[in-house]
Amino acid sequence: MSTATTHKVAQPASAKVSKDRPRRGLRASSTFNFWLFTGPFLIGLVIFVFVPIGWSIYLSFFEARFTVTPSDFVGFDNYKQILTDTDFRNSLVTFTVFAAFIVPATWALSLGLALLVNQLRFMRAFFRSVFFLPTACSYVAAALIWKMSIFNGVRFGLANTVLSWFGVDNVAWLANPDPPWYWLVIVTVRLWLQSGFYMILFLAALQNIPRELYEAAAIDGAKQGWQTFRYITLPQLRATSTAVILLLLIAAYQAFDEFFNLLGKATWGQPPLVELYKMALGENQNYGAGSAGAVVLTLLICIVTLFQGKIMGFGRGEESK
Amino acid sequence: MTTTAPDLRKVTPPAKAKRGGGVMGSTGLYIATGIAALLFLIPFYLIIRNAFMADPEITGEEWKWFPTDIQWGNISEPFDDVTVDFARSLWNSVVVAVLHTTGILLVCSLAGYGLARIPYRHANKVFYAVLATLMVPTAVTFVPSFVLVSSLGWVDTYRGLIVPGLFSGFTCFLFRQYFLGFPKELEEAARVDGLGYWGAYWRVVVPNSLNFFAAMATITFINGWNSFLWPLVIGQDPSAWTVQVALSSYMTNQTVNYHLIFMATAISILPLLFVFLFLQRWLVQGIAQTGIKG
Repeated sequence: MSTATTHKVAQPASAKVSKDRPRRGLRASSTFNFWLFTGPFLIGLVIFVFVPIGWSIYLSFFEARFTVTPSDFVGFDNYKQILTDTDFRNSLVTFTVFAAFIVPATWALSLGLALLVNQLRFMRAFFRSVFFLPTACSYVAAALIWKMSIFNGVRFGLANTVLSWFGVDNVAWLANPDPPWYWLVIVTVRLWLQSGFYMILFLAALQNIPRELYEAAAIDGAKQGWQTFRYITLPQLRATSTAVILLLLIAAYQAFDEFFNLLGKATWGQPPLVELYKMALGENQNYGAGSAGAVVLTLLICIVTLFQGKIMGFGRGEESK
Repeated sequence: MTTTAPDLRKVTPPAKAKRGGGVMGSTGLYIATGIAALLFLIPFYLIIRNAFMADPEITGEEWKWFPTDIQWGNISEPFDDVTVDFARSLWNSVVVAVLHTTGILLVCSLAGYGLARIPYRHANKVFYAVLATLMVPTAVTFVPSFVLVSSLGWVDTYRGLIVPGLFSGFTCFLFRQYFLGFPKELEEAARVDGLGYWGAYWRVVVPNSLNFFAAMATITFINGWNSFLWPLVIGQDPSAWTVQVALSSYMTNQTVNYHLIFMATAISILPLLFVFLFLQRWLVQGIAQTGIKG
């Protein structure tokens, strides 16, 4: 277990190392190799993930405007400030509303598309590609199309043009929060962008369901369609469904791009990350409060993730070495 | 939650299940799929339509599905625009996405292999430290990360844009899952032939995992090309903007130049469509393999 000495061994040219391995003992060799393989990643992880998190927690207890090396310890003042800040609290409400719409909607749409594509006998690859294609599009590009071409507040936008065919007046989709039409814009853009990705996950899962289950059900007289879906497909997809919901929740928490680009200057409908961005990198550069907000948000995400993890055991690899 | 059809297993499955539907059913199926597909394609079509239209036609009273006169000259406009250096932002995106992909594959695949295959007393603890970072989405740590990167003096540099993103717990986790399923016999044969872990990895494991690497490369490249928040934070100076930041800046400009914006958008999507069409097989495979399937 001479870990200390093995670190001094020079970069191994593969052949050489293997020649003298038997003499050095297997355990020391694998310890060295473990660090050789994981070392660069772990060093980076510590510097660029753990240090920022630690620094963030540290900054959150200090008065830190325009500076990252603060001296005034303020205890929980930043937390008080951020938790009483109406904008930040509203952003948490916004997130909750957003998640309440987008998670079930994406789940249903991506599962629906997967079921459709899975049933096709011809052109399956073609349709799969079409639904998957928006994955290549960025949130910024999609926000541009949505804001400037589809949900433009004046007549030449596609949505208003279509409405005008039915004699409906122009709707100002993004310009005011009452009625909150902006939700339609925000939810549809993400729905379009991400459904294809989750469809692929559902397709993979659908193809893993043993055919015998359906055959047996048919013999038992189960009707094709709703009954087999309800009693075979859906239960068989449970693991994938929960994973998809978890990923969707995390993705919803990270919402930034489309909100920033669609509602940049609006005072409504801002999710937590946009608020934090404004707080830390806006005019005030308040790193202290911004960090406190990041800590609060991280804790919330951890709670949600752990709660979900309890239900489904995500990440607990049942596989052994 | 639901226990179903309790006597399923008693039945032997000799007969073929009758597929419902027939001609009528499958026609309905294709109509439904076709309509959904059209809806998914419309946004792409609108980009192209607007990119080749003249502004008065885009904003005209009457909706037109096709430009009356295709404006080929629009193609060069984003590059002639003096307010935003579009060509520069494209180049920045190319550099960032390529180096991001190369770096992340190198660093994360090595770590994933180490965690999956090399016996070490504390390997589990290390693995849990990696897992813990999965719960803290990188987007949430952008404030402290920016603080760190700016104190390193990396604002507005390629280093600042690329390096902090290389240590993705998620990618490392996916590689670990993949390597756990890699046939051990191949490596053992290599070890018997006298290769160390390092040699076996490069000469046996990697060459036999090219499919998975290609899949991860495609996904990583798309994410790198499309990322917005971090480049926005780091790109304080327009010369460090990536193409996504440049696109976003068009929206906040005073004068809205529709055809220019859509031409720029079309150009920004083009490289990805290219990647997409050629590497789709791996992309689909990779996503299906991410270890979260049932």
